[in-house]
Amino acid sequence: MIKDITIGQFFPGQSVIHRLDPRMKLLITVLYIVMLFIAKGFSGLGAGVIFMLIGFLLSGIPIKMMLKSVKPILPIIIFTGILNLFFITSGNIIFEWKFIKITDNGLRTMAFMAIRIILLIFGTSLLTYTTSPITLTDAIERVLSPLKIIKFPAHEIAMMMTIALRFIPTLIEETDKIMSAQKARGADLESGNLIRRAKALIPILIPLFVSAFRRAEDLALAMECRCYRGGEGRTRLKQLKTAPRDYFALALTVIFIAAIILLNRYSPI
Amino acid sequence: MGIIRTEDLTYVYGEGTPFRKVAVDGVNIDIDEGEIVGIIGHTGSGKSTLIQHFNGLLKPTSGKVFIDGEELFADKSRLKEIRFKVGLVFQYPEYQLFEETVYKDIAFGPKNMGLSDDEVDRRIKETARLVGLKPELLDKSPFELSGGQKRRAAIAGVMAMEPKVLILDEPTAGLDPHGRDRILGLIKEYHAEKGTTVLLVSHSMEDVAKTVSKILVMNDAKVFMYSDRSSVFARSEELSAMGLTVPQVTKVFDRLRAMGIEFQDEVFSIDYAKGLVLRLLEEKRKNLD
Ligand SMILES: Nc1ncnc2c1ncn2[C@@H]1O[C@H](COP(=O)(O)OP(=O)(O)OP(=O)(O)O)[C@@H](O)[C@H]1O
Ligand SMILES: [Mg+2]
Repeated sequence: MIKDITIGQFFPGQSVIHRLDPRMKLLITVLYIVMLFIAKGFSGLGAGVIFMLIGFLLSGIPIKMMLKSVKPILPIIIFTGILNLFFITSGNIIFEWKFIKITDNGLRTMAFMAIRIILLIFGTSLLTYTTSPITLTDAIERVLSPLKIIKFPAHEIAMMMTIALRFIPTLIEETDKIMSAQKARGADLESGNLIRRAKALIPILIPLFVSAFRRAEDLALAMECRCYRGGEGRTRLKQLKTAPRDYFALALTVIFIAAIILLNRYSPI
Repeated sequence: MGIIRTEDLTYVYGEGTPFRKVAVDGVNIDIDEGEIVGIIGHTGSGKSTLIQHFNGLLKPTSGKVFIDGEELFADKSRLKEIRFKVGLVFQYPEYQLFEETVYKDIAFGPKNMGLSDDEVDRRIKETARLVGLKPELLDKSPFELSGGQKRRAAIAGVMAMEPKVLILDEPTAGLDPHGRDRILGLIKEYHAEKGTTVLLVSHSMEDVAKTVSKILVMNDAKVFMYSDRSSVFARSEELSAMGLTVPQVTKVFDRLRAMGIEFQDEVFSIDYAKGLVLRLLEEKRKNLD
């Protein structure tokens, strides 16, 4: 059934990583990405691995979940790996057969890129696993709010994201129901050519849109009835507060970045 | 053997996940053709899950379902055929309307059955009359109708397929008392006119009591009992323990009987109660004279 699709990959928990201020988590994630891109050699990347491992071990997220997050990107990793392996021809030749030439440089770049992509995915997954979507949009709004000066609608965008996230499961459930109902009236969704299948979707899409619009109208009305009128002057139920641990985490990140810069300089393998 | 029969029917949602839930648990029932049956149970007792097995929308986790003597899912190619024998009206069916006109929407089911245009037209006219939709409403957009009219149009869409079994899931949910009586009335009329099997799912004992002859009580995914009205209501204490109430009139008249007033009838509806009271008063006056 459609319902089995999991949307939003939040994995609730009480770890330190979960309790970090979401704005700080967002900032650290950005710094972590910077860290991975300035690392020039395996030693720098190694520092990135250690940084990621610290976060992962503290978060208590099962290793299975982390591996699952890489799965969709696997084809990309393999594809770039093959490209690097066969098209980098500088360095010492390790293996040669007809026009295929594999060099130690190619091998090294392949490993380097693969590790970097995996680290990127692990790091960003760690952010979404430990931060609920709602908290995350809240943090995005805060981070973007200085842009309000140039009329950037930070609050509106965050509100739209929040509402969209909230209604994804509802719409999936509704699609499921409508599909069952039309199937009970003999609708055939599985057979026929492309055009017939596209046509068969009409009895599902129309009721779905109608109800989505009805829901949107109801929600807008309900929000207005509670005097919602945009972000101006709004206070919050959940105030974001930074704690000492947030600054500690930030300091740790900065130390790692410094370490990588030093490693680049003195041990650029 | 009845028209609907199940053997140890069990259905589990989310098998192998933390959200595992047994929604139907070892159900054995046998419903005879031509019966009008109420299915009742507290919320989450598995009523909707159970009825979705009767036309193959859900595949049993274990156990079997037989419709008209034929096992569902024994032969996948027969599934569509069997689906036309069992018409299922979902809860809030008005949300599945989609066509430009009411006429076309009612035609959706019969057309999928591959009937001729004349036959489709005949069925639409007939069911529209049955559910009390005036002919001029047929050319309107279904989205312009009132809530109650929409509901009746959606029910007509399934009735027009002339299934051997008609199943309605909470057809009166969210309607006012007048709209409720109207829907229940038309279900009764449909049953009387067509003589086909009807299953009516409901929360409300009052609704069920006035409409059906036999009642299937579901409790925590299991069948608690399947019997005629009076034997079900006789176990009113067990029913209220599972959050179901016997109709209030029935309770009142049970009390009256306990207080020593003599009458034979089982009372399920206000109208019937009124007649009974008047008759008893009449008898009493005659005795006094
Ligand atoms: N799609 C689903 N996925 C997971 N669990 C479900 C699903 N549908 C129903 N359930 C669960 O199965 C159980 C039975 O649900 P069902 O809808 O059959 O109850 P019901 O008797 O029809 O209730 P109601 O009177 O509220 O309509 C409930 O506990 C419900 O939470
Ligand atoms: Mg239900």
